[in-house]
Amino acid sequence: MKIIVLIKQVPDTIDVKIDPVTNALKREGVAAIINPFDMYAIEEAIRIKERVGEGEIVVISMGPPQAEAALREAISMGCDSGVLLSDRKFAGSDTWATSYTIAQAVKKIGDYKVILCGKQASDGDTAQVGPGVSVHVNIPQVTYIKKIEKIDTSSATVERMTEEGYDIVETPLPALFSVVKEINEPRLPSLKGKMKAKKAEIPVWTAEDLSCPDDKIGLDGSPTRVVKVFSPPPREGGRIIEGEPSEIAKELAGLLKDAILS
Amino acid sequence: MDYLLTEEQQMIKDLCHQIAEEKIKPVAAEYDENDEFPWDLVKVFAESDICGVYIPEQYGGLGGGVFEMAIAAEELSWGCGGISLAFAATGLGTYPILLFGNDEQKAKYLPDIAAGKKLAAFCITEAEAGSDAGGIKTTAKKDGDHYILNGTKQWITNGGEAEIYTVVAMTNKEKGPRGASAFIVEKGTPGLSFGKKEDKLGIRGSATREVVFTDCRVPKENLLGREGLGFIVAMKTFDYSRPGVAAQALGIAQRAMDEAVNYARERKQFGKPIASFQGVQFMLADMAIQIEASRALIYSAARMIDSGAKNVAKVSAICKTFASDTAMKVTIDAVQVLGGYGYMKEYPVEKLMRDAKITQIYEGTNQIQRSVIGSALIKESLSKK
Repeated sequence: MKIIVLIKQVPDTIDVKIDPVTNALKREGVAAIINPFDMYAIEEAIRIKERVGEGEIVVISMGPPQAEAALREAISMGCDSGVLLSDRKFAGSDTWATSYTIAQAVKKIGDYKVILCGKQASDGDTAQVGPGVSVHVNIPQVTYIKKIEKIDTSSATVERMTEEGYDIVETPLPALFSVVKEINEPRLPSLKGKMKAKKAEIPVWTAEDLSCPDDKIGLDGSPTRVVKVFSPPPREGGRIIEGEPSEIAKELAGLLKDAILS
Repeated sequence: MDYLLTEEQQMIKDLCHQIAEEKIKPVAAEYDENDEFPWDLVKVFAESDICGVYIPEQYGGLGGGVFEMAIAAEELSWGCGGISLAFAATGLGTYPILLFGNDEQKAKYLPDIAAGKKLAAFCITEAEAGSDAGGIKTTAKKDGDHYILNGTKQWITNGGEAEIYTVVAMTNKEKGPRGASAFIVEKGTPGLSFGKKEDKLGIRGSATREVVFTDCRVPKENLLGREGLGFIVAMKTFDYSRPGVAAQALGIAQRAMDEAVNYARERKQFGKPIASFQGVQFMLADMAIQIEASRALIYSAARMIDSGAKNVAKVSAICKTFASDTAMKVTIDAVQVLGGYGYMKEYPVEKLMRDAKITQIYEGTNQIQRSVIGSALIKESLSKK
């Protein structure tokens, strides 16, 4: 049973900096990690393999050459191999072009039963690439899954998290699942895994390898543009009214009245 | 300082530190309080391939030696000196098999230890025999294809939790130390039972129990080496295991210094961080000097032992004594740097001080270590004449 995991290398920070000129993420000087949500996807892939008793896990990442480190880390946790999609022509891809490019790689690998990815990346936060890939390769998608109840080579039953609770979804395979953090606790790498990862050959696939026409990839293949990125103004500090409850209530009522009428 | 670790050694160190930081540190206080055995962490060690770092590759290990055991014990003990013992005390129980086991014994027991499926324990201490291993009262009487063991071992780390026990018992009392022999006893053997779990000052979360043998029949294939070798097995085992105790002490000391430095930078008195005061800086500097010296000593001793050098009892004792005395001093000073907070259980340093104390006591008290070092000096001096 072949499982494909889609991962992204992201800056190790919650304080994402945006380049004011290009509106792209600033990556300089920030350590890179695997997108935390993708760690759950990696762990779940390994657990499916353990559960089914056989399988092969291929990890795909699209990014600059240094994203190879993310693939090696995935291998050190227990994935079998990694492929890096890297080409200057991919630069500037929006979520459509990115999911198209990854879908081309997924087709090239072929013969998979499951594609796993995190629910979204911690830098872009779009949650669009995973679902986009499933549309490009024309397979079902189930997003925000928190549990795989049952899985065999032809179908799976999963729990999909919703705001109120969860849906139980049964789907034929192959299918794409995007996972939430409730699904598992990612394991640490093993020493044997680390040694395997160090020696692993990571092929780099370019636009040519993936037969991607120029008008479908990179900036030219991207139907959307980031026009402006800005932080909303920080909230003004509030005021704490002090005194006896009756006085507080009176003053608060007055303030609210003024605020509504003004 | 850069100790020129190989890539593989650096990997072990980094991974063990990651385990300590992410998996052990957050639960250390809880295990200290509840004094439960850390099976959850043993599972993590097993999954990360840590359990076999000092076991040959042919038995499923990583093929390292005392050095790899030491760097792993150091980093895991940085997380918790009690939890790390599930790994380190298994090493103590395994060395007799590694050093004196025949091919069949190694093939039978080492793979499960390397995979983390089974823990081991070493049983020598008794109520009236600790440092004086010649005073052992547990007996092993030959009976056809078996030995029948009788007696009680005391303060056995991993006792009751381990599956594999290496035991020193007397096969011939008249011969004194030369009448001792070493055996492998598996948990579940009829006649093997365990006493109550001891309530300890520190290294809580590690199990310390009596191991009791009552007409316990052990197949003669489980004899390590040959009859009469028990005392040699014990001494040689300690030569190999003491750098592990030293490394445990080192990890505890390093953690105490890290906590003290962080606190000193944050704690303000007289309008300044206390780290800006020379009195505090000198205390921190003394910690760093002793810790780095311990590390250099342990790593050198471990490398020397792994090189196959003979007569390593002295260096092994030197590194154990220096590092454990250092851990005691550094943890006491760390409590002092943290002041009132240091004395409170809410902060981790009082636990470090409690955990450090055992390293001066077990696997031979530091007074016994000094006797070992002293007799080695005299022997060396005599041989020069």
